[in-house]
Amino acid sequence: MNRVVWRRWKSRIMVSLLIASVLVAVAPLILILGTLIIRGAGSINFDFFTRMPAPAGEAGGGVAHAIVGTLLMVGTAGLIGLPLGIGAGVFCSEFPRSKLATTARFVADVMNGTPSIVIGVVAWTLIVARQKHFSGFAGSAALAMIMIPMVLRTTEEMIKLVPHSLREAALALGYPRWRTSLSVMVRTCLPGIVTGSLLAIARVAGETAPLLFTALGSQFMGTNLRQPIAALPLTVFTYATGPYDDWHRIAWATALVLIMVVLCLSLIARLATRQRFHD
Amino acid sequence: MTEPPARIAAADLTAYYGTFAAVKNATIGFASNEVHALIGPSGCGKSTFLRTMNRMHEVVGGHVTGSVVLDGQDIYGSKVSLTQLRRRVGMVFQKPTPFPTMSIYQNVAAGLKVGERLSRNDRDARVERALQQAGLWEEVKDRLKASAVALSGGQQQRLCIARTIAPQPEVVLLDEPTASLDPMGTQRIEETLFGLKKDFTIIIVTHNMQQAARVSDTTSFFYIGQMIETGPTKQIFTNPADPQTEAYITGRFG
Repeated sequence: MNRVVWRRWKSRIMVSLLIASVLVAVAPLILILGTLIIRGAGSINFDFFTRMPAPAGEAGGGVAHAIVGTLLMVGTAGLIGLPLGIGAGVFCSEFPRSKLATTARFVADVMNGTPSIVIGVVAWTLIVARQKHFSGFAGSAALAMIMIPMVLRTTEEMIKLVPHSLREAALALGYPRWRTSLSVMVRTCLPGIVTGSLLAIARVAGETAPLLFTALGSQFMGTNLRQPIAALPLTVFTYATGPYDDWHRIAWATALVLIMVVLCLSLIARLATRQRFHD
Repeated sequence: MTEPPARIAAADLTAYYGTFAAVKNATIGFASNEVHALIGPSGCGKSTFLRTMNRMHEVVGGHVTGSVVLDGQDIYGSKVSLTQLRRRVGMVFQKPTPFPTMSIYQNVAAGLKVGERLSRNDRDARVERALQQAGLWEEVKDRLKASAVALSGGQQQRLCIARTIAPQPEVVLLDEPTASLDPMGTQRIEETLFGLKKDFTIIIVTHNMQQAARVSDTTSFFYIGQMIETGPTKQIFTNPADPQTEAYITGRFG
């Protein structure tokens, strides 16, 4: 009897410890979101999404230029980074022991551990310094460089989770190898690959350091990626470090918009990859 | 004794993993429209032998010497298309392997997508016929668009049989198809095999000697990579020529 009571208490203690660690882990997230909403939500209105920044000292205005800049730059980075990353990931899972795959895997791991500011400097050296001006394309290239190794690794890991027996089943049906790979292996773990891709997009959407060296930022509405262009994280940086209270207010609101963009991406991913059966 | 001409036959076939020969110099012919059982203790090479018949042995990096002749053509010849070969020699695995992203219908139609082009109606007819032959049609006809992984293990295995026979192969290889099933599921599969041999040449690997005795017309006994004895099932089980076969089927080892 005594032992039963002691076990029950042990169980309670362990469960409490686990609950406590969950709370500690989630607390910062809730604090961040809460602070953003409290400080930023009041400044968000329709104008905030559609208007340009007001001149310093004047109230009102918006960050339309930064929203457009981020969408353009991150979109372009995705167009470059996702196909390359997913393609390389598929290669590494199809030919896992090849020299090229082991090298790619190693390089990707190193790059995933590289601070993003270093990526920014690399993009600056390769693109900005040669072209002699900052540009949105340079920013996209830097963001794509961050995305590719991330997407490569998640794609490979996701495909590795698909049972080998499915590959054999497809091959035994007379599927050519490319078709086995795409319509069985990749298709089976597609939700995972999409989730990984969106996480990569969300991650680069919030990157600031690489853009300081490449896209530079801008106070004006611009859709030309050959020119310096605004971006949400850069706007947060500029306004948060500025001297005016009104600017700080805009920085909070911009940060909230950034989080909302990321949230929308995740939601779209969930909806897009829901299991459906046509035919 | 005169034997019927073989639909598919292995001659002096040796199958390697690296330098290890898992099957040594096997020569067996398999006649059309019969069920052939491959029996033997674990690790005797019977599954490896089966996988040489549609060249799946190479998928895991193995290689072979000797030949496997299908309708007069060596499937290890240099002009053989692997994909076409595997459409003619289908395979069902030990564990059910439905494609989880596909519906029941899509699973059965999966092999048809890579074969000759079929009209929608023809494809529907093929899917229905394959499901009927596999004894699954009545259970799934109202939910063809449902997920295949929602089926029970036994149903999934019959679905895999339907998927394998839908493209109408000549030979169907089954690698311990009932090993992961309960007795009811096993019985359904065995009943299915009786019907299937009207249309296909069937080779089944089984650990279960009663199963071999129940379903097969001829049986081959494998031991340590050697094909010891092949003959009519009744003869193998009642009056085997080789003492090793006798020892195995009477349960003295294995």
